[in-house]
Amino acid sequence: MTTTATRESFGKALLELGHRNPDIVVVGGDLNISTFAHLFAKEFPNRFFDLGPAEQNMMSIAAGLAASGKIPFVSTFAVFGTARPYDQIRVNIAQMKSNVKIVCTHAGLLTGEDGISAQSIEDIALMCALPGFNVVVPSDGPETESVVKLAAEISGPFYIRLSRPATDVIHQTPTNFVLGKAEELRSGSDLSIIACGIMVSASLKAATELAKEGIQATVINMSTLQPLDEKAVLSALDTGAIVTAEEHYIHGGLGSLIAQSAARQGAVPIEMVATTRYAESGKPDELLTKYGLSSSDIVDAAKRVVGRKRD
Amino acid sequence: MTIVRRQALLTNNLSNGLSKDEVVALKRVAQRIRRNLLVTVAEAGSGHSGGSLSETDILTTLYYSILTHDPQNPSLPSRDRFILSKAHACPALYTVLADRGYFPMSDLSSFRKIDSHLQGHTRIGTPGVEMSGGSLGMGLSFGIGIALAARVDSKNHNTYVLLGDGECDEGQIWEAAMAASHYKLDTITAIVDRNGIQNDRFTSEVMELEPLAQKWRAFGWRVLTVNGHSVPALYKAFVQAKQTKGQPTVIIAKTIKGKGVSFMENNPGFHGKAPSWGELAIALAELGAKPEGKDSAWKADMLTMGYSPERISSISNAIVQMKVSQT
Repeated sequence: MTTTATRESFGKALLELGHRNPDIVVVGGDLNISTFAHLFAKEFPNRFFDLGPAEQNMMSIAAGLAASGKIPFVSTFAVFGTARPYDQIRVNIAQMKSNVKIVCTHAGLLTGEDGISAQSIEDIALMCALPGFNVVVPSDGPETESVVKLAAEISGPFYIRLSRPATDVIHQTPTNFVLGKAEELRSGSDLSIIACGIMVSASLKAATELAKEGIQATVINMSTLQPLDEKAVLSALDTGAIVTAEEHYIHGGLGSLIAQSAARQGAVPIEMVATTRYAESGKPDELLTKYGLSSSDIVDAAKRVVGRKRD
Repeated sequence: MTIVRRQALLTNNLSNGLSKDEVVALKRVAQRIRRNLLVTVAEAGSGHSGGSLSETDILTTLYYSILTHDPQNPSLPSRDRFILSKAHACPALYTVLADRGYFPMSDLSSFRKIDSHLQGHTRIGTPGVEMSGGSLGMGLSFGIGIALAARVDSKNHNTYVLLGDGECDEGQIWEAAMAASHYKLDTITAIVDRNGIQNDRFTSEVMELEPLAQKWRAFGWRVLTVNGHSVPALYKAFVQAKQTKGQPTVIIAKTIKGKGVSFMENNPGFHGKAPSWGELAIALAELGAKPEGKDSAWKADMLTMGYSPERISSISNAIVQMKVSQT
């Protein structure tokens, strides 16, 4: 399987948008090489504003740019683009429905060696707690490109969550991303695995393993977390069991959202693959294994949930 | 009418200063704003009286003699932007906007009530309000965003941001101060309503701000310190700010919290408190309300604000009685 970094796909898509639309501006916080916003900065220096690591200022400035008809993309790391300036995002962007696109790289455990201050495992919960905020966790590079380009077309606030290292490419051609629409990647009748971000690839691997043991899993890429595709959750109920998989804290993320939607629409056993605590420094793969986010954890959860189904 | 004509003149030549008549007219407007904002807060039963009274002369000077704006077209692209960063002091802004004709005066009596566009802290949707606020510290950054967008588009409108002095405790203000001078945003003018009182107590007791002018200067700003209740001084400072090139300007406006009402002046107790109807009568009398006679301008104001003749009569009786008891 080929790999690519979603942040690099973002940088390329942003550059293309910059050529296409003069209203696209970019706001960064001294991490522009890491986020790949530097590609845009080099090409369009007059439409790029580096504000240093001063994220509260950065978010309110983005809202001011949007109030004047610009389409600002704010680009920094996930911890600095969500938790740090949360009230500025809440008042100046969410409550004003500002047309600001917050694209954060270095989310989740994949940030690895930098340790827990840099590993954002709370951002999905934070951003989904903002009414009207579109929250998207693309599954790979091609989907990232498609999400970034669509975000520029849709008026209103977006949070797009990306990773640092190169990750599996599961879409071989550019995707036709539709906001709020889940994507079924594999069909099976024993359970549904609903995943987002890097856990989509892990879920596909898990489904292959499960098939060897005679368990057929549907795999759903739930890249939009808000607004949630409630219909996709309803169809997942038909398989009688659900596993959710996310590179995020177990509270307030994908698992919570799916459980909430499933409880409203029916009742099936659900198991959740997510982190339950802060991690530590380490290589991304080591962390995913130690903190329960590998494809074998999804396989185990699938067997548990199918067992509960048969009780 | 003098004021309206002045609007046209000002775009041609700001440096002539205000005539005596214009100063008198603006002062009269400011007193009217003070009276009407206090009625608005009293009617709501809650709201921020003190900081509204301290900023009234600043708002009046801006909205009646400095800003390029059109109350009939609040989204005029070439308008100057005014951002009330100290968004709790919105009663004064709402009253000024209504007085200028952005929305009917009668809307003021819906302040802080269900289904009203006049929220407890500013929210976009009210004609003339540029930013939703309420959490301190955000307005200057928001203004920088507007100024940067104007620069990208080669437009030359100005952006004015009114800050509270207590608000300057927020770190974001200083992030923004650094950024505005880094980008040499000479189209930005910040005004600090330096009334010396924040929510709980005097600013010197909560968190010492001084030397405030030096702080702004050290951040690369041109600093003008003026009497924030002197219309000519404010006018002159705004003109100087507009003429400043290559750096942003901050006007430190020395004001009195609760200005114009004896028992509110310099009283931290009236930061976030509405006057009772009894207190309102005293305040209105001190602010020059003359309910006597059929041609009372004050009564006319109350009528345009949507108050019933009975209500007006009960307040005016209270004012008259109070005046009698004082003599």
